[in-house]
Amino acid sequence: MTATLQISDVHVTIEKQTILDGVSLTLNPGRVTAIIGPNGAGKSTLLGVAAGTVKPDAGAVTIAGRDLRRISPRRAARQRAVMPQDTAVAFAFTVREVVMMGRTAWGDSPARSERIARDVLEPTGLLPLADREVTTLSGGERQLVAFARTMAQATPVGPGSILLLDEPTAAMDIAHAEATLTLARSLADAGAAVGIVVHDIDAAAAYADDLVLMHRGRVEAAGPVHNVCARGLLSAVYGTPIDVFERDGRIHVVPIRALAV
Amino acid sequence: MTRLEPTRSGALTPRTTSPAVPPTDVSTVDSSATGSRAVGRNRRAARIIVTTIILSIAAGTVALLTAGTGQYAAGPGDVVGSLVRGVLGRTDDATVQLDAVLWSIRFPRALLALIAGACLAVAGAVMQGVFANPLAEPSIVGVNSGASVGATLVIVTGVTLTASWALPVAAFAGALVVTLLVWSLSRAGGKAAVLTLVLAGIAINAVASAVTSFLIFLGDASSREQVIFWQLGTLSGASWGSVAVTAGVFAVGFTGCLLIRTQLDVLALGDSSAASSGVRVEWLRVGAILLSCLLTGTAVAFGGVIAFVGLIVPHAIRLAVGPSHRALVPLSALGGAVLLGAADIAARTIVPFADLPIGIFTAVVGGPLFLILLRRTLRGQGARA
Repeated sequence: MTATLQISDVHVTIEKQTILDGVSLTLNPGRVTAIIGPNGAGKSTLLGVAAGTVKPDAGAVTIAGRDLRRISPRRAARQRAVMPQDTAVAFAFTVREVVMMGRTAWGDSPARSERIARDVLEPTGLLPLADREVTTLSGGERQLVAFARTMAQATPVGPGSILLLDEPTAAMDIAHAEATLTLARSLADAGAAVGIVVHDIDAAAAYADDLVLMHRGRVEAAGPVHNVCARGLLSAVYGTPIDVFERDGRIHVVPIRALAV
Repeated sequence: MTRLEPTRSGALTPRTTSPAVPPTDVSTVDSSATGSRAVGRNRRAARIIVTTIILSIAAGTVALLTAGTGQYAAGPGDVVGSLVRGVLGRTDDATVQLDAVLWSIRFPRALLALIAGACLAVAGAVMQGVFANPLAEPSIVGVNSGASVGATLVIVTGVTLTASWALPVAAFAGALVVTLLVWSLSRAGGKAAVLTLVLAGIAINAVASAVTSFLIFLGDASSREQVIFWQLGTLSGASWGSVAVTAGVFAVGFTGCLLIRTQLDVLALGDSSAASSGVRVEWLRVGAILLSCLLTGTAVAFGGVIAFVGLIVPHAIRLAVGPSHRALVPLSALGGAVLLGAADIAARTIVPFADLPIGIFTAVVGGPLFLILLRRTLRGQGARA
C-alpha cells in the first residue's frame, strides 16, 4: 500500500482570523515536500492539519484515500509520524526513553522497541547521549531527539510511511541541520512521503523534490523546486530582494544583502 | 526493514564525521556519559528494585510501629502475635485486652493511614503526569475544596449527629461535583487545555472556599470546631468500615492508574505530540482526573484534608527511579503508605496524650519541599513549565 496524504481545499479560521484559506497539498511517497513562506503564512497550521492536530473548518484530509477523522489515533500514528516545533519534555526522561515513546502506537515488545531506538539513535548521532536526561540537553539536541523519536515512530520506513516535520532544524547548528535534512531525504528515498516546514529556502531547494510556497494563508506557488524558485516570486512574497542562481547543477537561494556592511 | 543511514553525501552524515555533536560540545558529552547526569538503564532498573525493597520493608516496619505505638504500648512481637491470633480466630485470656485494643482501634487506624497515604500519593503521581507538571496536585482541580464544602455542609446542618456515614459520603460527593464542574467549565471546543483547567480550578476553588466559609459562619461553636478539625486532617475516626471502603476504592483506582501509566509517560511530550503518537489525550485526561479524584476524594473523606502527600511522594520517587510512570505509580503507592503511616505515628506521639492533626506533619514537610521544587523548576532548562 502506498500512502498519499492529501489535503483538499482546507479552511482554518481561529478567532475570526483566517489562517488557511482554501489550501490543497499532496504528499507523495518517495518525495520530500518542503513548505516555505514568510512568518505567519500558515505553514505550521497546514502541517497541523496534515497531522490531525488542527481541525479544519472546511475541506478534507485523507491518508491513502481514507478520511483522517475516521482513522483511530493509534492507526493514524502508525501511518504518519509528526515532529512538533515544541520539543520540550516535562520530566527528566532519558533520550532513549523519549525515543521509545515513538513506539507507543505499535505495541512492541520491550526488546523490539529497544532495538528500533538503537537503530535511530545511531544515525542521528545520539547514541553517546542515549542515557542522558533530555531536560539537560540544549535546544538543538532536543530537536535531534524529537527527530529520532519521529523516525522510530515511522519505522519500518517504506512507501506506507508519512513523516511531517515542523521546522526540524530551527535550533540546530549547520552540521546537525544538514545531517538531519540528509536523513529526512534518505527516508524519502526509502519510500516515505516527507513534508517539512523550513525557513531556509536554500536548504529546502537542495533537499526537497517539491516546494509549496505559502503566503497569507494561501498557496502562492507549488511544484518542483526549479518552478517555485523564481527570483521575482520569492522576492515579492518575502518582501525582500532574494537572488536565485544555479551552480554545479544546483539551485541556490540567498538574500541580496545590499545594505550589509 | 529500511536502513536509516543517509544515502547521499556520506561526508555529511553524523556516522562518518566523528563528532555528531559539534566539537565544542564533545567534552560535555564525553564527561557526562560517565558522569552524574547520565542515567544508565541498568542503574535505573537496579534503583527500582532497591527502592521497592526499601519501601516494602519501611511499610512493614511502619505498620508494626504504628500499631504498637500509643498509650497502650505493645512491642512488635505483641503486634505480630495478636495479628496471628486474630487471623486464626484464637483467643487467649492473657492477651484479651491487648487484642481488643489492637483489633478495634490500632489496626484499622494503621491500615487507614497506609491506604489513605497510598491513595493520595498515587493520585498525585497521576495528576502530575496528566498535567505534565511536577507541581500539579489533585487539589488544583478542586478535590479538597469540594470535599470541604460537602463535609462542612453536613457538619453544620447537624446531619453527622444522626448519621456517621454522612461525612465521608458528603465529602466525596463534594469532591466529585467540584472536580466535574472545573472539568466541564474548562472545556472549549472538545478540549480542556491545561492552562484553562488550572485557571478554572483557581476560580472554582475560590468560590468553594467562600461557600465553606459562609457555612462555617452559619454554624454553631461545636460544629465550627468539628469542621476545623476535619480540615486539619485526622485519622482518629478510623474504623473497619472506613478501612473496607478505602481499600475497595484504592483497589479500583490503583488498578485504573496501572492501566494508563504507560500512556501517561507520553503526555510529557505535550498534548499534540502525545496525540500524534497515538494516545487519545482527551480520554486519558478525563480518565486520569476521575481516578485521582476518586482516590483523593476517598482519602480526604475519611482522613480530612491531608496536604502535600501527593506532591512529596511522587517527587521523591521520581528522584530515585526516574520519571517513567511504569515504576512511579506502584512505588508512589508504597511511598505514600510509608509517609502517612510515619506521619500518623508522629501525630500520636510528639505531644503525650494528644492526637495532633496529621495534616500538620505532612504540610510541615511538604511546604518547604514545594518551594525547593518550584525553584528547581524555574531554573530548569528545557522542561515544560
